[in-house]
Amino acid sequence: MIAATVPPPRVVLYEGAGSAPLDPGERTRLLAALLDRGYAVTRAVPGGAARDDASAAAAFVVLGRFGGTVPDVHDAAGRPVHVHDIGMSTVDEAVALVEESRAGRPMNRPDAGAATWKPWFPVIDTARCTNCMQCLSFCLFDVYGVSPADHTLRVENPANCKVNCPACSRVCPEVAIMFPKYHAGPIDGAPVSDADVHREKMKVDISALLGGDILAKLRERSAEAKSRFSKERSADAALAERRRCLTKLADAAAIPREVLDALPTPEEIERRTAEAARKAAAARDAREHATGRAVQS
Amino acid sequence: MSETAGSTPRVLYCRCAYAQVVPGDVKDAVLDGLARSSAAFEMVPDLCEMAARRDGQLADIARAVDPARPLHIVACWPRAVRGLFHLADARLPDAGVEILNMRAESAADLLARVGLDVESGSGPTTPQVPA
Repeated sequence: MIAATVPPPRVVLYEGAGSAPLDPGERTRLLAALLDRGYAVTRAVPGGAARDDASAAAAFVVLGRFGGTVPDVHDAAGRPVHVHDIGMSTVDEAVALVEESRAGRPMNRPDAGAATWKPWFPVIDTARCTNCMQCLSFCLFDVYGVSPADHTLRVENPANCKVNCPACSRVCPEVAIMFPKYHAGPIDGAPVSDADVHREKMKVDISALLGGDILAKLRERSAEAKSRFSKERSADAALAERRRCLTKLADAAAIPREVLDALPTPEEIERRTAEAARKAAAARDAREHATGRAVQS
Repeated sequence: MSETAGSTPRVLYCRCAYAQVVPGDVKDAVLDGLARSSAAFEMVPDLCEMAARRDGQLADIARAVDPARPLHIVACWPRAVRGLFHLADARLPDAGVEILNMRAESAADLLARVGLDVESGSGPTTPQVPA
């Protein structure tokens, strides 16, 4: 999980004064290797770096071909910076030098297999969002919140989002919720057409998902499963029953099965739904109040 | 450290390393084109991951936008890229930013739009190590 990791250091590939440039092919391989392990890279060349680093938001490591004379470099706070001469290093060895500079601190990385947190979460198109808060009401995982400054919707806890689940984007009436790593538009961020906005199949009625018939059916099935469980004493049978019930939901909203399997009990869903609805209503009231005050003044 | 003004385009490249939604051949060819140019650039493994962490580097990049020297962000759909910066509390200005989409354009077109000379970089320079 991303919360348990620290930001990786940024790598500065220094090809300025006192450093010989890399061979272009080697540069390509080194850049790809660093990026695919989760490191951002700045290339500094004659004429300047790509941006102003006045605030130096991240710790960094410098790589260059210094001909054996490694410069002594300190950051703005006077701390020594890791500088490595990669003149005689292979790409793998240069990457290893960067890895060493992390001193074993955990970082999220693309090449960590099952330990990787895939950055999957909703992104709001603020030009389209009307702050209706339907998504906030819909989400059971506290992904959404409200900005205390202006009572607008915001993505508060992106790491809470269920990977590969785009369900909340389908309840947005303005097609304002994107998942940049989704496979198709407009959910992936592609331009929104009028047809998208009006396409009923893009939207799933919240009441159908979380209230009304489906919730009643979940509760009913849950009770049946509990009853059967008590008779058969089989957890597997109860789980299978729950899965059967949720299949319909998965088909309706393209929600991954594992997400539905991980849903809490119907009672907990109901409690969370009520809490989310309360937050959404409070946010709408606050916005209306603020708007009213602005109009009066 | 202050930036040296010049005619060289400013480039931010996103590798989209945590997913396979950007065609691999396109992002590899763009990376190679940038690496063979003489330009300074920023490359990040994944803008989504950085936005989720609200990485301060995104705010640095947004603050450094200068309409006189446009920033080319080579990533994915512009709507998504702007949303990611916004999520990271790093609002990109409208002027001075061009977002190029590796999901929809060819590598050759993208590199042409960035306007880089694709050669090996060399020559003397002033040290530009981040402050």
